[in-house]
Amino acid sequence: MKIIIRLRKIIALIILLAGLIVLPHYLEFHYQDLLIFLIVNVLVVASYRIVTLTGEWSLIHAVMMGVGAYTAALLFKNYNAAMWFTLPLAGGAAALTAALLSFPLFRMTQFYFLIGSFAAGEAIRLTWMQFIFPFGGSGGLSGIEPPIIGSIDFMDPIPYYYLALGVVLICLFILYRIENSKIGMTLHAIHWKAPLAESVGVDTWRYRALAFIIGSFFVGIAGALKIHYLGTITPNQFGIGFMVFILIWVIVGGYKTIYGPLIGVVVLTIFDESVRGFGELRPAIYGGVLIISILFLPLGLESIYPKILTWCGIGSNSSDGPPP
Amino acid sequence: MELILQSIVNGLIQGGFFALFAVGLVLIFGVMGVVNFAHGELVMVGAYTVWVLHAQNGVPFIPVVMIAIIVVTAIGLLMERFLFRPTCNDPLAGLICSIGILFILQVLATVVGGDGPSKQVPPPYHGTLVLFDFLHVPYQRVFSFFISAAGLGTLWYFLTRTKFGWALRAVAQDREASALQGININRISMIAIGVGAALAGLAGALMAPLANINPHMGHNVIITAFIVTIVGGVGSLSGAVMAAVIYAMFHTFITVYFGGVIATICGLLLMVVVLIIKPTGIMGVKVSE
Repeated sequence: MKIIIRLRKIIALIILLAGLIVLPHYLEFHYQDLLIFLIVNVLVVASYRIVTLTGEWSLIHAVMMGVGAYTAALLFKNYNAAMWFTLPLAGGAAALTAALLSFPLFRMTQFYFLIGSFAAGEAIRLTWMQFIFPFGGSGGLSGIEPPIIGSIDFMDPIPYYYLALGVVLICLFILYRIENSKIGMTLHAIHWKAPLAESVGVDTWRYRALAFIIGSFFVGIAGALKIHYLGTITPNQFGIGFMVFILIWVIVGGYKTIYGPLIGVVVLTIFDESVRGFGELRPAIYGGVLIISILFLPLGLESIYPKILTWCGIGSNSSDGPPP
Repeated sequence: MELILQSIVNGLIQGGFFALFAVGLVLIFGVMGVVNFAHGELVMVGAYTVWVLHAQNGVPFIPVVMIAIIVVTAIGLLMERFLFRPTCNDPLAGLICSIGILFILQVLATVVGGDGPSKQVPPPYHGTLVLFDFLHVPYQRVFSFFISAAGLGTLWYFLTRTKFGWALRAVAQDREASALQGININRISMIAIGVGAALAGLAGALMAPLANINPHMGHNVIITAFIVTIVGGVGSLSGAVMAAVIYAMFHTFITVYFGGVIATICGLLLMVVVLIIKPTGIMGVKVSE
């Protein structure tokens, strides 16, 4: 029985992958663009999940993406560094920033952490805005190019999509393995039973900082991926507005399982495109959907599937909630 | 010397505004445990009400301030009844709901006022008060300062001298214990958010003639309110008022000498430092789990 379930999962994964590979060839240029940003945002929410595993909601994730993006942009502008260098270095810079920030930030928990991370992030973002050299001020930097290898020009959306897809899939795989490793289990333990975890000798501070650093590393890579395609970078791309979108994706999707945030970002991006015709009313529709989903679907979109299974009488009534 | 004195006076007046909207945030958080991210947008709605009625339609200033307070209070009460009450068991859900309201109010403001440049409201009071030959304070600011001081004084009276005020502080201290004493938690929550929203509306209405009015003005307001709340101590109203004045002076001085963005960066760093050294703030007490 276990093997069948496993086999089914693998087949589903292969179908999904095949779909992702052929998908861009059937889309218009505008949607190809969108698909690349969607892929990048998938990495953003997946890395955010690692940070939230311990139960702390940080508001600095968007700025960490910016740290990665600015690192990549500055390396490219000043040293003409190839993307193969800028990607890991962007992740490294974000991870380093996170490591330094973890000393003050993880002295706080809950509400204080939320506000403290928001403040630290705003301070970093305003620094980019204030200093024209080297960050380009509020106008930012432009002319950051994707690489050219032989005859393949990654300026085109389709090759860049495959590049981004490859990087993101590798990152997702690593994140998945981390969550299911001993580290991931410890993070879950800290979330649900922090005093118990502490009493059996888990250094909660260190693990929370570790989760923050890992999440920042991957979101830094996502930032570099985005900026190499977009070509321009401004401080406002990483403001509280984008952070709010990350929160919305994760919460509407559901944060109990690893799939929830991914479902959230995909469904809401499609939804966002479908209401494009409403123009300036769009944020209000978004806000309305957000409120409705919080009120009527507090566990997120991911909770629909098990519910349907239970109604049909197939699924076991298992929940991923906290142990009693 | 004259510049320093002038900055102190300006900072004091600015502090009055900061205190008005920060105490609202503190009240709502203290009683309901919700971080109201839409608080800046409540201030924005207050300012827009003044712009629409006073600047566009010529209704006198003082009645317009009253109307702004009523409009914003109504929005606050609706938020409590339909968003915060159903989600009261999950503080994160309340936060997310307030972000949803933030989007909706911003779009509403864009629909009412159009995109375009920031709106200006001509100050209803002209002229400048000159003290000791060198301190120049426009009458509009003097007026705003006294009104905000009066607003804060009324709040202080309400909280310390009336039964509702006692009940409200009791709920902020311990929800369950006060429910056991027969306090109606829902009614107290209504009052808390009503008072908080009314103060935000008052702040927005008073600020309207002095600020640029646009749909995104709430952003700076909420940052300021967070800084003031944290520095003053979460859940401490007197702390928030003191921190508002201190932060306003701090901000005014750094703005005068180094510019506005640097001032905000320094403010945020100040807040982080306070969070590290004394997370309960200057006047804070330890919040029970």
